[in-house]
Amino acid sequence: MAHTLAVSTPTDVDPDVLPATIVRGYWQSVAYRLRHDPVTLFFGAVILLIILAAIFAPLVAPYDPYKESVIARLKPFGWRGHLIGTDELGRDLLTRIIYGGRISLFMGLAPVLIATIVGSALGILAGFGGRRINTIIMRTMDVFYAFPSVLLAVAISGAMGGGITNGMIALSMVFTPALCRISETATAQVRSLDFIEAARASGAGTFTVLRHHVLGNVLGPIFIYASSLVSVSILLASGLSFLGLGVKPPEPDWGLMLSTLRQSIYVNPWICAMPGAAIFITSICFNLVSDGIRAAMDVRM
Amino acid sequence: MLALILRRLFYAAPIALGVSIVCFSLVYLAPGDPLQAVMPADVTPDMVEMIKHEYGFDKPIPVQYALWLWRALQGDFGLSIGSRRPVIVDVLGSLQNTLLLTSFAVPIAFVIGYSLGAIAGCFPGRWLDRIVTGFAVMGVSVPNYWLGIVMVIAFAVELSWLPATGMGPRGSDAFSIFSLDDLRYLVMPVFTLSMVPVGIIARSTRAAVAEIRGQDFVVTLRAKGLSEIAVIRHVLKNALPQVLAVMGLQFGYLMGGSILIETVFTWPGSGFLLAKAIINRDIPVLQGAILLLSLVFVATNLVVDLLQSAIDPRIRRA
Repeated sequence: MAHTLAVSTPTDVDPDVLPATIVRGYWQSVAYRLRHDPVTLFFGAVILLIILAAIFAPLVAPYDPYKESVIARLKPFGWRGHLIGTDELGRDLLTRIIYGGRISLFMGLAPVLIATIVGSALGILAGFGGRRINTIIMRTMDVFYAFPSVLLAVAISGAMGGGITNGMIALSMVFTPALCRISETATAQVRSLDFIEAARASGAGTFTVLRHHVLGNVLGPIFIYASSLVSVSILLASGLSFLGLGVKPPEPDWGLMLSTLRQSIYVNPWICAMPGAAIFITSICFNLVSDGIRAAMDVRM
Repeated sequence: MLALILRRLFYAAPIALGVSIVCFSLVYLAPGDPLQAVMPADVTPDMVEMIKHEYGFDKPIPVQYALWLWRALQGDFGLSIGSRRPVIVDVLGSLQNTLLLTSFAVPIAFVIGYSLGAIAGCFPGRWLDRIVTGFAVMGVSVPNYWLGIVMVIAFAVELSWLPATGMGPRGSDAFSIFSLDDLRYLVMPVFTLSMVPVGIIARSTRAAVAEIRGQDFVVTLRAKGLSEIAVIRHVLKNALPQVLAVMGLQFGYLMGGSILIETVFTWPGSGFLLAKAIINRDIPVLQGAILLLSLVFVATNLVVDLLQSAIDPRIRRA
C-alpha cells in the first residue's frame, strides 16, 4: 500500500494545454488530497487553535485560573466581563477551560503516543520473532482485549489510586493491544512479500530489513489507527477525572470541572455544561481529522 | 455446530483465566498494604500477622492466586469493606440493574442505528448520507456522561418532565418495568447510554450496505428486473449478520462501560458500585465487579461469535 504511485487527474486545468495525468509520489498525493478536503482542513485548524490556546494560556486567558471570589460564584454568561460565567468558587470559567485544555490535550496525545510505540514494537516483534514469541505476545494481548475499554481504564487507574501518571499508564495499557494486533498483521503481511526475500538474499540482516522494509509499511496503518484513538483517549481521560481519578483540585481539567460543577446544576444549569462542551468539540475535531487523514492515505482498515 | 461450540469454549477458557489473573493483580497495583483498609488504627503487630494469616497474605503469591480463584469459582469474593455484605450479593444485585439499562438501550440503538445506516448506505455521498454520517460522528465523539448532564439540565431542571436521578421513590428493589412511574426513571439513562452505540451501529451499517450494494449479486438482481425496493431488501438482509455482531459487542461494552452514565444518574448498577468501590478503596468489590463484568464481556463475545456462525455459514468454514 505505502509505496505505490498514485495517479490523479487534475480537473481545474485546461485539457487542451496539459497532458492528461500528473504522476505524484505517495506522500505528495496524500498532501494533495488533504489540501482539497475543506472539512478536514477546517477541523484541523480548530484543533490547532485549541492547542495554541492551551500552550499560550497565560497570554490568551482573560483572568487568573485560580483566583476565587466569594461574590462572583456561579454567575451567568457575560456577567461583568466573564464571557461564559464563573464556576462554583467564582473563578472565570473561560479561563479555566482554556487552561484545562493543557491536561486534556496531553491526556489525549500522551497515552496514544506511548501505546503506539509499545504496541507497534510488540507487534513487529510478534510478527517477526517466530512462533513462540508470537504466541506469548498475542495471547497476552487477547487477555487485555477481553476487557471493555472503559472498565480496564477504570480498573487499572482505580486500583493504582488515580492521578495523571496512573491515568496515563492505564490508558496506554488500554490502547496497546489493538495497536499491537494491527502492527502484527501488517508485519506478517509484509514479511511474506518478495522484496523482503530479495533484501535477505542480498545480505541484509534482520535489523536492516526491519528498519528499511518492515517499518515503512507498518507505520501507515498504525498511524491512522492511532490518530483515531486520540479522541477516544480524550473522552476516557476526562471520564477518569470525572470519576475523581484524574488531577486533584484546584487544577483546571475539563472532566474534573464537569464533575464539580454538576453539583450546581440547580443554581445555574447551562454554565455547568460548558466544560463538557469543550470535551465534545475537541473530540469531534480529532475524529473528523482522523477520518480525513484515513481517506487521504487511502488505507482500508 | 457442537464441535464449533466446544472449540470456541476451548479458546475462551485461557482468556477467562488470563482475565482472572489481571483482576487478582489489581490488589498488588494498589499503593500501600491491601489490608490497611480493614485494619483498625491501633492494631498490634501480632494482630497484623494474625489477620495476614487469616486472609492468606502470608503465603506465596501463586498460592494466594489459586486460593482466591478457588473461592471466586464458588462465588466467594469475600466481604465488601463498605457494606460488610458478601461481594457477590452486591455485585449480582447491581448487575441486574445494569442489565435492565442495557437491555433497553441496545435494541433501541440497533433500530435507530440500523435504519440511519441503511438510509445513508443507500444514498452514498448525497445530503441524507452526509446528515447521517455527521450524526454518527457526533454519536461516537460525544462524552456520554456529559450528554447525560445536559439531558438532566434540559428535561429535569428546566422542563421538569423527567426525574433527574435514581431508580424511583421506592428504591431499586421495588422497581417494576410495568409501572409507568418507574419507567420514567429509565428514559434518560437509556437514551444517553444508547447514543454511542447508535453512532457505531449507523457507521457499520452504512459501510456494510455500501459495500454489499457494489457486489455482483446486486447487479444480477437488478438485471433480473427486481424493483429498487426489493433490491434494497436483499442488501439489508445481507448486511444484517455483520451489524448484529457489532450490536452484540456493544451490548458487552455497555454492560462494562456504563460506569460514567450510572454515576451521572446515580443508577444503582454495577458501574455505580464500581465507582463507589474506587472512592472507598474497597478492593474486594473492585476485584469481584471487574472480574464478573469482564467475564460477561467474554461470554457476550462468545455468544455473538456463535450466533454469527449460526446465521452465516460462511464464517463457520473460515
